[in-house]
Amino acid sequence: MSQKHLDTVSHAAETPDAEQPWAELGLKQDEYQRIRDILGRRPTGAELAMYSVMWSEHCSYKSSKVHLKQFGEKAPASDAMLVGIGENAGVVDVGQGYAVTFKVESHNHPSYIEPYQGAATGIGGIVRDILAMGARPVAVMDPLRFGAADHPDTKRVLPGVVAGIGGYGNCLGLPNIGGEIVFDPCYQGNPLVNALCVGVMKHEDIHLAKASGAGNQVILYGARTGGDGIGGVSVLASETFSDSGPAKRPAVQVGDPFQEKLLIECTLEVFAEKLVVGIQDLGGAGLSCATSELASAGSGGMRVELDRVPLRDATLSPEEILMSESQERMCAIVEPGKVARFLEICEKWDVIATVIGEVTDGERLEIFWHGEQVVDVPPRTVAHEGPTYQRPYARPDWQDELQADAPTAERLKRPVSGDELKAALLTLAAHPNQADKSWVTSQYDRYVLGNTVLAQPEDSGMIRIDEETNLGVAIATDGNGRYAKLDPYTGAQLALAEAYRNVAATGAKPLAVTDCLNFGSPEDPAVMWQFAEACRGLADACQVLGTPVTGGNVSLYNQTGETAIHPTPVVGVLGVIDDVNRRTPMAFAEEGQLIYLLGDTEDELGGSAWAQVAHDHLGGLPPKVDLERERLLGEILIAASRDGMIDAAHDLSDGGLAQALVESCLKGGRGARIVVPQGTDPFVLLFSESAGRAIVAVPRSEELRFTDMCGARGLPAARIGVVDGDSIEIQGHFSVALDELRTAHLETFPALLG
Amino acid sequence: MTVRVGVVTFPGSLDDRDAQRAVRLAGAEPVALWHRDKDIHQVDAVVLPGGFSYGDYLRCGAISRFSPVMDTVIAQARDGMPVLGICNGFQVLCESHLLPGALTRNDSLHFVCRDQKLRIENAGTAWTSDYAQDQEITVPLKNGEGRFVADEHTLDALEAEGRVVARYLDVNPNGSYRDIAGISNAAGNVVGLMPHPEHAVEPLTGPGTEGLGFFTSILRKLVNA
Repeated sequence: MSQKHLDTVSHAAETPDAEQPWAELGLKQDEYQRIRDILGRRPTGAELAMYSVMWSEHCSYKSSKVHLKQFGEKAPASDAMLVGIGENAGVVDVGQGYAVTFKVESHNHPSYIEPYQGAATGIGGIVRDILAMGARPVAVMDPLRFGAADHPDTKRVLPGVVAGIGGYGNCLGLPNIGGEIVFDPCYQGNPLVNALCVGVMKHEDIHLAKASGAGNQVILYGARTGGDGIGGVSVLASETFSDSGPAKRPAVQVGDPFQEKLLIECTLEVFAEKLVVGIQDLGGAGLSCATSELASAGSGGMRVELDRVPLRDATLSPEEILMSESQERMCAIVEPGKVARFLEICEKWDVIATVIGEVTDGERLEIFWHGEQVVDVPPRTVAHEGPTYQRPYARPDWQDELQADAPTAERLKRPVSGDELKAALLTLAAHPNQADKSWVTSQYDRYVLGNTVLAQPEDSGMIRIDEETNLGVAIATDGNGRYAKLDPYTGAQLALAEAYRNVAATGAKPLAVTDCLNFGSPEDPAVMWQFAEACRGLADACQVLGTPVTGGNVSLYNQTGETAIHPTPVVGVLGVIDDVNRRTPMAFAEEGQLIYLLGDTEDELGGSAWAQVAHDHLGGLPPKVDLERERLLGEILIAASRDGMIDAAHDLSDGGLAQALVESCLKGGRGARIVVPQGTDPFVLLFSESAGRAIVAVPRSEELRFTDMCGARGLPAARIGVVDGDSIEIQGHFSVALDELRTAHLETFPALLG
Repeated sequence: MTVRVGVVTFPGSLDDRDAQRAVRLAGAEPVALWHRDKDIHQVDAVVLPGGFSYGDYLRCGAISRFSPVMDTVIAQARDGMPVLGICNGFQVLCESHLLPGALTRNDSLHFVCRDQKLRIENAGTAWTSDYAQDQEITVPLKNGEGRFVADEHTLDALEAEGRVVARYLDVNPNGSYRDIAGISNAAGNVVGLMPHPEHAVEPLTGPGTEGLGFFTSILRKLVNA
């Protein structure tokens, strides 16, 4: 691949038998042959580079596509959907002429190899996706999963990831409003660093990634292109790590958030002046992706003069320029008459912009290097018609055994006495998975832009999008790999149910879904079965809840050697709230308010936090899902919020009622007196993780109205206690002072991480 | 009269819109100022907002200090125009030598975002006259390089002359010497503050509205002037 012997199209035609490094670039033998068949000759080095990155698992979804189809096929009819799967991000109508775009993506492997830059550029990439839709990015969130909290390598990965997210996001001026932090040994060699961004625009401002109109100019703008991130999507994101650990550092990109901030402001200004026909960000697969996707989605062909690309390193070859994943770059299609103004705005923001080519009326993507043609391909074959695999899948033989190992009272000793119950509650509240996360979240700016209504640790993050009308959106992300391991179909549905419930708990109406599907190697039939089941479960559940999947990301090969992570579908739900002043926080703040438990509690401890913390146990079945019940609970929570019947709400999930009480009480600085209903096992009441439940604080004056509503709609609502005092008292069993709880809950992270 | 308060946008400014909102909520007219523009459009006062101007590369505020708009701001500040520098703006004021001392990396080595309690120790400056002397307020704080440092002589002089405008209470979040959160110049028209009063102007989005006083102070001063 040296510049001395430029591998031109004509040279390739003359030398059909030249050796090519297709295997090193991550291509399989039959894929290489297919490229030769498409072109009717061997590919040039530049063409091979483009196909190799675009046909990678990360870019082409070749293993997942056949299953992802369900999200479209089963999508519920929704008036809210403006742009669906396939674009940079989905777009949802939230009323008053506003559209919201949101998406979650993974940056798992880069973040393990180089935690700071991996996590930082994860933020950068998802923000550009949102920007490319025409939206101003308004907030980010980060669902994170690490190995055991006390493992030495977690002390390397976690602080680096957190600093990277903060360093990039804070410098970009985007509030970080929530996410998740989960520890489990299954993520030891393969942490999950997912990043979500949400953006807001007016309907008429939606932009798409397509190059149309012969003669329109192709402008590359933003950072110079360097040698970083070459092959990031193919050799890094689409391969399993070996047991010997990371060895692929040069494939990780390096971020410059200051450049990205300029890119955002500059891009929004060119949008505002309507200077852009089509736009695409440069992320995974860099220029290969941007040029082929823009041309493929447009009406004609494209001609690019690659030697015009501004470089950080003048020695880069055409192949390397096409594969580079240098950050903070965008590619716009601009009518000739508007180019001058476009460049002027870029100059205003100190952003380098270069016309690198134009849209043609042909059907080929043609790329030239100092006048010689190095690429001549049908763009669709690169961008949208890559290989598709029907990977074999099979329910693993260990699944039955796992499910049979239920955490019954006979198998796992349960706390019975008051002292035992109290100890269980305290241990749970102090476990890294349930402990206070402000060591992490205080490193993120949650105030910038001045529209953050709710941020972590609230059930969902909430952003005001109109300062006059108080229209707002809420977002929550959830996922539980333990549940999904026990039953991937149900696990995916539980992730959706929890995120849906979290959005409703803050008073917002759930509208749409984005997902980040983190799984092991698709070449393992057991993993493929988990993936297929999770997709089926999620698609089915979205249909029932009326919330379509608008886009997202699949991350495969999350495994070390033969050992895959727990299947971890992370689901983000977006909701809308007409008046953010009506939001419901989670804190119990008013003495004397009544605590109601909504929903049914059954003996469901499979995959629970209690089973993990008390017995290091994973077995049985996850909690059952009743989606109609979830929808009813959501409607009740939204109505109660709108009509002022509740002052606090908190969803019940990991750690059950016990953990929810701890969080609501500590947040509000008030205690709670709880009465265990007759005939109820206090352990099950406190620690079961039955789905479809929430606790609410009801002012006494609203009690009748609230219980009437629940009664009329058929939602079980049990008055279990009152907000009172400075301890959590489970009457007749135990009492724990808030001070003691606070210490247990707050000191875990500082003790682990300093 | 309508008081016009300019808010400068440098490349990498982040809290410029927030500062404009705070100015508006206080009852004044915000005027956007651009770093490349020497003309500050006859504004009555200037806010240098928070953010990471020029990415905080080299040193926080070190490059912004040389922008064309700062030539005018520095000259007019010396003539008595009120200037408030918040966070990155405080860093720019120190780099401009309108204020003494410097802001360095937090002693924790982490960026920190928290609701911070402060005591207003000088309610006599252009930007604090709406507060009571020694009033305690809570406003957000968010910085990675917010540790105020100066030599002993300078610190003693700042304290002796009443130029410590605000001090951290309960927790010193970044290791600032003598818990200093904000200072003023000798004339009291230039104030630098590490915490963010512009994020505490609405009960909905801030920890309260106790930051609004900085912006109403300037309004009152200019209307009465």
